[in-house]
Amino acid sequence: MSKQLELRLSGSGGQGLITAGIILAEAALKDNMNAIQTQSYGPEARGGASKAEVIISDAAIDFPKVTLPTMTLALTQIASDKYIGDISEEGTIIVDDTIQLPEGIKAKNIYKIPIIKTAVSEVGKEIVANIVALGLIVGLTGIVSEESLEQAIMSRIPKGTEDLNRLALKKGYELAKNI
Amino acid sequence: MARKVKFLQGNEACVEGALMAGMTFYSGYPITPSTEIAELSAEGLPRIGGKFIQMEDEIAGIAAAIGASLTGAKAMTATSGPGFSLKQENIGYAALTEVPVVIVNVQRGGPSTGLPTAPGQGDLMQAMWGTHGDHPVICLTPDSVKETFDLTIRAFNLAEKYRTPVILLTDEITGHMREKIEIPDQSEIEIYNRIKPTLGEDYKAYKVYDGDIVPKMADFGSGFRYHVTGLMHDETGFPSNSTKNAAVLMDRLMAKIENNKEDIITYEEIETADAEYLIVAYGGTARTAKAAIKTLRAEGIKVGLFRPITVWPFPEKQVVELSEKVKDVLVAELNYGQMKLEVERVVKGNCPVRFCGKANGEVLTPEELIRKFKEVL
Repeated sequence: MSKQLELRLSGSGGQGLITAGIILAEAALKDNMNAIQTQSYGPEARGGASKAEVIISDAAIDFPKVTLPTMTLALTQIASDKYIGDISEEGTIIVDDTIQLPEGIKAKNIYKIPIIKTAVSEVGKEIVANIVALGLIVGLTGIVSEESLEQAIMSRIPKGTEDLNRLALKKGYELAKNI
Repeated sequence: MARKVKFLQGNEACVEGALMAGMTFYSGYPITPSTEIAELSAEGLPRIGGKFIQMEDEIAGIAAAIGASLTGAKAMTATSGPGFSLKQENIGYAALTEVPVVIVNVQRGGPSTGLPTAPGQGDLMQAMWGTHGDHPVICLTPDSVKETFDLTIRAFNLAEKYRTPVILLTDEITGHMREKIEIPDQSEIEIYNRIKPTLGEDYKAYKVYDGDIVPKMADFGSGFRYHVTGLMHDETGFPSNSTKNAAVLMDRLMAKIENNKEDIITYEEIETADAEYLIVAYGGTARTAKAAIKTLRAEGIKVGLFRPITVWPFPEKQVVELSEKVKDVLVAELNYGQMKLEVERVVKGNCPVRFCGKANGEVLTPEELIRKFKEVL
């Protein structure tokens, strides 16, 4: 059985979700899996809701776009309203706990998690909410190894922010454990 | 032999390939979804002593690239639909003056400024017929990030070998998606450089010497005096109104591509050996077709894929052969049926040719293609 994750990361421009998508894909490559990342461009990506998508698989990936995600993350209400509805029946929805989910939404797992609050109050910077989210996603799915994820994060972040990002990652893993 | 594994966009891989092919000059006018090609060329070229110039528009972008190529540089320009339209006149100029140049068109939704951030494949026919007058065309279309790298190198090699503009026709799908690419060591890359003259005063700029495919090309400014014009010209390069001379020149221009199709045309076939049905797809849409074929094969349906990698000149011979074996051909593309016309032309009624496509800025999904395919069963 090939390990496959079709992930949609959504939020507002500037939350670092495209970077998070690239980091997760690069971690998958380090684990010798295949990965493809795509993202929304243009007016859609500036303000409003932006999204990054990642497919990770043991097998070759032909079609590069996510059609029905197996996991969707939303960090803002606007992104949630726009993207959360497309989810596989076996899929997992993760939203920031500030988000109101529409009634009747169906997925195997629906988690409301204080991602942004954790970044702000426990790590000290809202900007690392994307790394908290990555810790949470990998903690839940085990789709990549923790070692590869940390390496991939370290090679994509600005110098001098290593400790901050390591802490954010740790807090993300803790959020996953507490579910 | 240092191979590097990277996670790149197709546009980024294009620049990696261009630099490895020996690009030393880029001029253009940035346009979505090709902009990363300009950005990375601007970053990469100064580091190797090359030049990047952002010109005032797309016309000047290709004009400067042609000029640079005449002085011996390997030159590239990149654009998308609206800019590709503007470059057409100078593509014809490069074809007649036989100046090697690589033109990248990362296709978006058209016509006009259309859908800047969304994929399309509506420029296939423009790549062939966009500039006026009969002229040879080489046009290559990748379906992955790695192939974008490979075909950029090949585009430079073919441009140098056949002294002709080469169009790398990609799309927003392959241009913007990131995937794994293993970048080979420079020593593993085959590079073709134009043949330069050593003949001194006897040099004729547009004379084909024994054993050559094209005239030897002197770097402008290197001491060889010659003339370059978009008018019909004789072997010296000076204009000539002689119809006899024009016929010789036109025949030679067309023949240098026509007689070397075996070298120029490449394609991919998947599951065609026992195929009863054929899907034809290229560029980003071929990825949709590859996924669809896996699903259909798993259901026991004998369907194969023919993917032209060289779209111009069109792989006629291969499509004809396949059309004699299968019951039906389905052409999938993001337009209203441009390659379908070409497939119909060469298949000549051997089997029905059907079409699956759209031009609203969305990609074709495997499910949509499978649904259309199954109408034949």
